This record gives sequence, C-alpha cells and structure tokens, in this order.
Amino acid sequence: MNATPEPKTAPPAIEVQGLACRYADTMVLNGVTFTVREGELFFVIGGSGCGKTTLLRHLIGLLKPAQGTVRYFGEDFTGAGLATRRNLLKTFGVLYQNAALWSSMTLRENVALPLEQYTTLSRRERDEIVALKLAQVGLAGFEDYFPAELSGGMRKRAGLARALALDPRIVFFDEPSAGLDPVLSRRLDELIRQIRGTFGTTMVIVSHELASIYALADRVIMLDRDAQGIIAEGRPRDLAATSDDPRVQEFLTRGGEETKTA
Amino acid sequence: MSAVPTQARADATRAGDSLVVRLGGVWRITRPLPAWAKVLAQAAHGGPADRPCAVRLLMDEVEQWDSSLVRFIYEVQDWCRTAGAACDTTALTETVRHLVEQLALAQEQHVPSDHSKDFLTNVGLAATDLWRQTRDFADFVGECTLSGIGLVKRPGRFRWRDCFSEMQQCGAMAVPIVSLSSFLVGLTLAYTGAIILRQFGGDIWVADIVGLSTFREMGAVMTGVVIAGRTGAAFAAQIGNMKTGEEIDALETLGIPPVDFLVMPRLLALTLMTPLLTMYANGLGILGGMIVSASVLEIPPSAYWIETQSTIDLSDVSVSLIKSVVFGMLVAVAGCLRGLQAERSAAGVGRAATSAVVTSILLMIVADAIFAVLFNVLGI
Repeated sequence: MNATPEPKTAPPAIEVQGLACRYADTMVLNGVTFTVREGELFFVIGGSGCGKTTLLRHLIGLLKPAQGTVRYFGEDFTGAGLATRRNLLKTFGVLYQNAALWSSMTLRENVALPLEQYTTLSRRERDEIVALKLAQVGLAGFEDYFPAELSGGMRKRAGLARALALDPRIVFFDEPSAGLDPVLSRRLDELIRQIRGTFGTTMVIVSHELASIYALADRVIMLDRDAQGIIAEGRPRDLAATSDDPRVQEFLTRGGEETKTA
Repeated sequence: MSAVPTQARADATRAGDSLVVRLGGVWRITRPLPAWAKVLAQAAHGGPADRPCAVRLLMDEVEQWDSSLVRFIYEVQDWCRTAGAACDTTALTETVRHLVEQLALAQEQHVPSDHSKDFLTNVGLAATDLWRQTRDFADFVGECTLSGIGLVKRPGRFRWRDCFSEMQQCGAMAVPIVSLSSFLVGLTLAYTGAIILRQFGGDIWVADIVGLSTFREMGAVMTGVVIAGRTGAAFAAQIGNMKTGEEIDALETLGIPPVDFLVMPRLLALTLMTPLLTMYANGLGILGGMIVSASVLEIPPSAYWIETQSTIDLSDVSVSLIKSVVFGMLVAVAGCLRGLQAERSAAGVGRAATSAVVTSILLMIVADAIFAVLFNVLGI
C-alpha cells in the first residue's frame, strides 16, 4: 500500500461493467460502467431516489445485478464462487447509514467479530487491534460500551472502526453525514481523509452532502433517476464549472444558489 | 530470506548483545503472521544464551503493511519494557511509529463503563427495580382505566378497525392451538382419574373430575398460557419495535396517547376473546375426557354427558368466565406494558417479548391462587 506504490499495470480497485439492476419490473439502473482507482476518494452522488444506495448494495453484494459485472482488483465478484466471494469480502469494509452496530454487543465485540472470523489472532492480540481501531476513530477506551450508550456521531465512528477492523483496501460509506451536525460531519470527513492518508485505502462514498463532496472527492459520478445511470463523471469543481447539463449544474450549485462551502 | 516473497516475516539476528529484527514481506491481518515469541526463540537458538539488552527494528523490506505490523511492533516494544531492553524504532517510518504510539496510548486510556457490579449493589438494584416495576404496573393499569372511561364516553373515537383485526389475530387464529392443547389436557385428566376411580368401580365419576377441573381450572389456565405465549409476546414485540422506530414518540408528539391508540384495542380484543376461547377449550376438554371414557373405560358417551351435566352448574361456568376475562386482561396489560418499556434496540425488543410471557404467566398464577381462596370463602 503505502510502502511501495502499486505498479502502473495494477488492475483498478473496482471495475463496474454494464451494471443493470431492477426491482420487480422497474429498472433502476442500466448500463452503469465506471472504474475506481486504488487509493481514490470516489463519490457517488445524485438526488434522492436516483439509485445511489441501490448501486452501493450491488457493489457490496447485497443485491445481485440483473446484468453486468463488478470486479475488485481484477477479480470477478458478481459471478464468484463461495470461496472467492469470501476472500473478496475481506478486501472491503462498509459503514452503513445508521452504523448498523450489533446492539447486543459491546464496541469491543463489534469490532472484534470480523477479526475472530477472518484472522488467527489470539484474544489479547485482537483486543490490541480493537484498541488501535477505536483510537483511530477517536473512541479510545470505549471498548466496553454498548451502542445504545453512545451518541449518533460516536456510533458512526464506531461503525467506521468496525469497517476498518480487517484493514480493508476499500471502504464503502452509505451517506456518512446523514444524521450528523455540520461540525461532526466535517470531523468525519477529516477522519476519512486521514485514514486514506495513512493506509492509502480506497474510499467509495455515497452522498448528497455538497460540503463533503467538494471537500473530499477526487472524482465523482452523478446518477440520475430518469437517465437510469451516470450523467456526469469527473472532479466536482470541474463539473460545476464546465458541465452544461442543467441537472448537474442544479445539483452541484444547489439549484442555482451559490454554494457557500469552504 | 528469499523463501516466499509475499509472506510476512520477521528475522532476528544477534549482533553482539543486541538483537536486530528485520521485518519484511506483505503484512496483512488476514494472512499468517510471525509470532514474536517464536522469533525470540529462534534468535536464542543460534546466538548467546543471555537476553539481548537492545532490540533494533528494521522495516525496509516490508512491501505492504497494515495494523498487524503495528501490533507486532507494539508487542516487541512491550516485551522490551518488561525485559528491560532498549527498543530502537528509529529505522521505522514516521507513520508506523505514530500508529504504534497511538496504540500504546489507547491501551492506557480506559473509560470505565459500569457493567459489572458487586453482589450488594445487584441486590439493591434488584430491590429498587422491583419497586419501580410495581409502581409502573400500577401506573399503567391506572392509565388503561382512564382510557377505558374515555372509551365509554366517546366510543366513536375508538379504533374499532384495529380492535377487530386484533380480535381475529388473537381469537380466531388461536383456535387450532387452543383446540389441541385443551383436548389433550382433557384426555390426560381422564386417564389420571381413571387409574384411581377404577379401583372403586366408580368409573362414571371420571366425567365429574374432567368436567369440574376443566371448568374451574384447566380451561382458563391453558387458554391463558397459550394466549400469553402467542399474543402477549406478539404485543410486546410489536409495540417494542414501534418504540425502537420512534413510532411511539410520533404518536406522543401528535397528542395521541399511545395507551388509547395501541393498548386499548388490544386490551379490549383480548378481554373479549379469551372468555370465548376458554369456553371453547372447556368443551374440547370434556370431549377429550369423553373419548377416553368411551374407549378405555367403556362408558357410553350419553351416560358421560348426563353425568357431566349433573355436576357442572352455572357457578362453574361463571368461575371459568370470570377467570378468563381477568387472564385476558392480565396478558394484554403485561404484553403492552413490556412493549412500551422496551429498550430501543433489537436485543431490547427480544427481552420485552420474553418478559411479557414471563410476567403474564406469573400474574395469572397469582390471580388463580387469589381466585381459589376467594371462591372458597364465598362458597362458589
């Protein structure tokens, strides 16, 4: 990762080819194709109901695409057998919208579960990793707390600690700033940037939070409900400056109003 | 050193009285990792027997790393501290050193969280909890009564639709399980009675035993237990889940008391349906006794029926009815109360359902004992 740069020929972290998904009879996405390079801070943006979360659920394998393939580091995920799939699942972590911490388990148990499943570490070693992960998200010492005893922002950070437990090469975020105030939301953005800086982790973030998009994104794709797919791709500032698509303009400039983002 | 290029490795070599640990390969937490104890043992094998007084860590051969490397270095540092050796980490990259420091710091900071308590504290907490629960229960019964008065005053505002669907859920849908359990209980009672009565040639009194014990006890109790397991748990889980999803809060802020909206329809439905189910259960219990009598004791069903009619009078029927109404209320109140008290989590909802069943069965047994004394005193 950060010790030696990946060779130029390395396959991209995520490669999506012609992905189509439908719920019952309604087509939500059709022919979605994009790649995410390793170490990139990649945003999936778009208005509500455009299929952002649906796309995410396809990427992480919770939904099966009607068509198309998803590849991680060149390896096929969509049609993978059980063993390959299990292997690929280790390469990414997911921070769910409501953190999705297991409520009957303490933070230590929450973060330790992936380690128990996928590593041969002893109990003491696991606890050390848990302590490190919690410290990284600013929750050092909160091992014995239950999720219900934490505030929303803390829960989200604990969810991130769990997503990072196996040092995944890719982390997915579903609306990371949902339910957080602007200050906490900015802190979480900071944390995301910091972790990318330390470990070179690829980050795929589903969001419609303009402040985060401008502050973090290396590249974005914008989805649209009527187009059932990607209508714009690029750096957010470039898109705002050069795109002549009114939908993109409207979204990135908050309906014509000047953005007040720092 | 060139064995497997991608495997994480740590090779220790002695240089004088210090130990040089060369880290290399790909350090991934999900892959096999070297253990510090083994590395030490290996180094001691070839070199001098005394402990090294310094350890120097090198990581220029590391291709990729993650938290596993950080943890390993932390372990080495920790070992050095206890062994009294100096640990030289100057050759490590800045990021790694920083993370190791972070880990060391995190190990020290521990925010105590009060989960384990001593015996006395637990007893005290249990006692205050019992008192609080009793008060909550009384409060809740009071609220239900007030809401009931409101219902009588303004029946138009009551959620009749909810009430009817609950009736179907807790009444009609419970018929099969109530049939099976009460029929089998009647059957068992007949067999038990037959053992003794046969010795005296008083076979026919099996009908009295089955009839009386079904009407005065078993019918209502069995129905109550089935209702508690089926409906009480369902009420608690439903309402508990609504609480987790802030649906109860939404009712409160709209000025709709949750007791009116959620509890009363369920309470009324169960209070009306339990007596019906109990009467039905009584009938099936007697049918069970009749079948055993006809097949084992060779008593014709007509004789059995006449004997049953002569023992059961209106007071036995009313005992059964009174009990079943009270049991229905107790199950509904316990289920709804536990649901409303549920913690806002999946585990909390589960606990609420369990606690609803336990509470309702306990309350029913207590009520049954009170009834036994009361009916005895009144001579019913």
